[in-house]
Amino acid sequence: MNTIALVGNPNSGKTTLFNALTGSNQHVGNWPGVTVEKKEGKFKFNGNTYNVVDLPGTYSLGAFSEDEMVARDFILKGNPDVVINVVDATNIERNLYLTSQLLEMGVKVIVVLNMIDEAEAKNIQFGIKTLSKKLGVPVVTTAASKRKGIKELIEEIVRVIDGEMDLKPSISYGDKIDREIKTIKKLLSGKTLEYPPRWIAIKLIEGDQYVHDLVSENKALSSDSEFGDVLSAVKENIEDNELEIVNRRYEFVNDVTRVSVVRPEEAVKTVTDKVDKILIHKYFGLPIFILIMFVLFQLTFAVGEDLLGGLMAAAVDAVGHAIEVFLVNINSPAWIIAFVSEGIIGGIGAIIEFIPLIVVLYMLIGILEDSGYMARAAYIMDNIMRKLGLHGKTFISMIVGFGCNVPGVMATRTLESKKDRMIAILINPFMSCGAKLLIYLVFIAAFFPNGGGLILFLIYFIGILVALLVGKIFSRTLFKGETTDFIMELPPYRKPVLRNVLRNMWDNVSGFLKRAGTVIFAVVTVLWIMAVLPAGVEPYGAESILGRIGLFIAPIFKPAGFGTWQAAVGLFSGIAAKEAVVTTLGMVYAGVGEGTELISAIQGAFTPLTSVSFMVMTLLYTPCVATIATIKKETNSVKWAIFAMVYTFAIGWTMAVLVFQTGRLLGFS
Amino acid sequence: MNLLLTQLKPGEKGKVKQIDACRRAARRLYEMGFNIGTNFEVVKNDIGPIIVSLFGHKVAVGRGLAQKIIVNQPD
Repeated sequence: MNTIALVGNPNSGKTTLFNALTGSNQHVGNWPGVTVEKKEGKFKFNGNTYNVVDLPGTYSLGAFSEDEMVARDFILKGNPDVVINVVDATNIERNLYLTSQLLEMGVKVIVVLNMIDEAEAKNIQFGIKTLSKKLGVPVVTTAASKRKGIKELIEEIVRVIDGEMDLKPSISYGDKIDREIKTIKKLLSGKTLEYPPRWIAIKLIEGDQYVHDLVSENKALSSDSEFGDVLSAVKENIEDNELEIVNRRYEFVNDVTRVSVVRPEEAVKTVTDKVDKILIHKYFGLPIFILIMFVLFQLTFAVGEDLLGGLMAAAVDAVGHAIEVFLVNINSPAWIIAFVSEGIIGGIGAIIEFIPLIVVLYMLIGILEDSGYMARAAYIMDNIMRKLGLHGKTFISMIVGFGCNVPGVMATRTLESKKDRMIAILINPFMSCGAKLLIYLVFIAAFFPNGGGLILFLIYFIGILVALLVGKIFSRTLFKGETTDFIMELPPYRKPVLRNVLRNMWDNVSGFLKRAGTVIFAVVTVLWIMAVLPAGVEPYGAESILGRIGLFIAPIFKPAGFGTWQAAVGLFSGIAAKEAVVTTLGMVYAGVGEGTELISAIQGAFTPLTSVSFMVMTLLYTPCVATIATIKKETNSVKWAIFAMVYTFAIGWTMAVLVFQTGRLLGFS
Repeated sequence: MNLLLTQLKPGEKGKVKQIDACRRAARRLYEMGFNIGTNFEVVKNDIGPIIVSLFGHKVAVGRGLAQKIIVNQPD
């Protein structure tokens, strides 16, 4: 099977092209050793199957980020048969910088001028043949969002894989550096190295730290005194050389575009310019951002819960009832019926009912991302964030955390400095994830049936506030030092591609379903067993194992107003998965986990005030195991993972107590 | 005449002359299109990062970093 690698700048439409090429035939995993997402897909053509690997979007192929390392390692060591370089046609002058680095690698490249439709709308014209000749590689044009040019691209891919390509280097870095490259290349010949010698030579000269380390670890090279001399000479001039190499690459790009791209004298004023005048306005930008977030949650609630959630609940009830009837009819033993109807249908059913809500939330976040607004959110927030000692991009990882804290923590990778990143990781759990939504919804239904959207918005807002305050404290104490500079592209606003939004939603929702089927199922089973043992006790009673654990923990939560063993057990199971909180409450309060019975049970066990303090607790306390594991992986430290577990609990508890005690003083109940 | 990027007003054009930032930040800027000799236009310069248009594409640069970008008159 042939392998095709996709590389390109962020916002070049790479993902859209990947989706257009592979359709639904995709698989998302992780690159070994790092947390960068690995997307693979397949397509068939003329009876052959082609494997497409979507590499992370990068501006460069240096050693500054994990994304870049993953991309260049796959290109050089993953043996792709061809590398597809996706280029934003409207921004070709910058995008070709990455291309120039691909051309240095000595691999087969096809340049795809994507978004050619947008370029045409902007009156930018291309001499495709000249472009291809100047670059020395085939050039294909596509409009991936409209699926135009895909067939031609596939045909070109097949041609290139089967054919030969002249891979002679075409960029000159000036006499001096060219000579040095030759010298180093010669000295490298015959040595066993993981990368092509010429590429290593270039990277050594431009001061790529990773390649320098690699070379110094190589015994054959470190014992070669001639090589050592050349290397130390190179090291002395790294800053000048780096600038020179960058300049030469851009010069090459200019040479190419000068004869192949014609831009109109006066750039066409785009919709983006007009929209940005308002959306990132000095004074209106922030209120508009808050309004957008508010509408997002209102909409999630209205469509996901009120409209679709009710239908889903009815469906679960009907299916559950049918299964029960079936089990009774085939004379199953009573404990099986109890386990299935109470444990499984009750537990998993409570979660299934909230799927529409999660679907809607992910779609809306996907639309924000795909439309280009997410970058504006980071831009708008940078000003405030900086005053708190945080980086504006932190806010993007926070918004992603609204869906799930696992990708939220992973999204902090765009932050380059360790300080910014550590803070962003540690405050992410305060961002209320989709699973916690289930908990609020039950309590809202019980106590605030008419103010759902507003309460939700407030909860999320408290989460953000706590995250920012904690972030500020961290930046003053644990992680001192300057926040790194803000550099970020603000891509043009684009109509979200439905396929991308759906794809992204499905990747997340299917993860949720998988969790419901595995982790949550296991948790539910264990909880159910603990709730009915030891034999003879009243199931779900205080005497059961579960009840005893709850009774043991419960006193801690007394000052917060919910010192019952049931609430304690609910919070306890929430550390396994937040979805399990509702399930557990359902089991211990109602014997079955669903709908109205649970809600009336909760109305009996909580008060409006304790429901609020409980919601605040669930919002802020220890994240689920999956998030803790991700924090461990991302920080590469068990210590920080444990820290994250403990300090979030302390903050959740403190805030819940604060809410309850203040509320009581003010006369609420 | 040499100016700092922060001194330009929205609508004013300039050309990147030199970047005095640390190696890493300078490198990022080059890769995002701020290579020496590139013409640009300032789109927004009030509060928060400065937005610059390079070939019609917007890049936001924090004020601290923008002060390390030395610019002069465009071609």
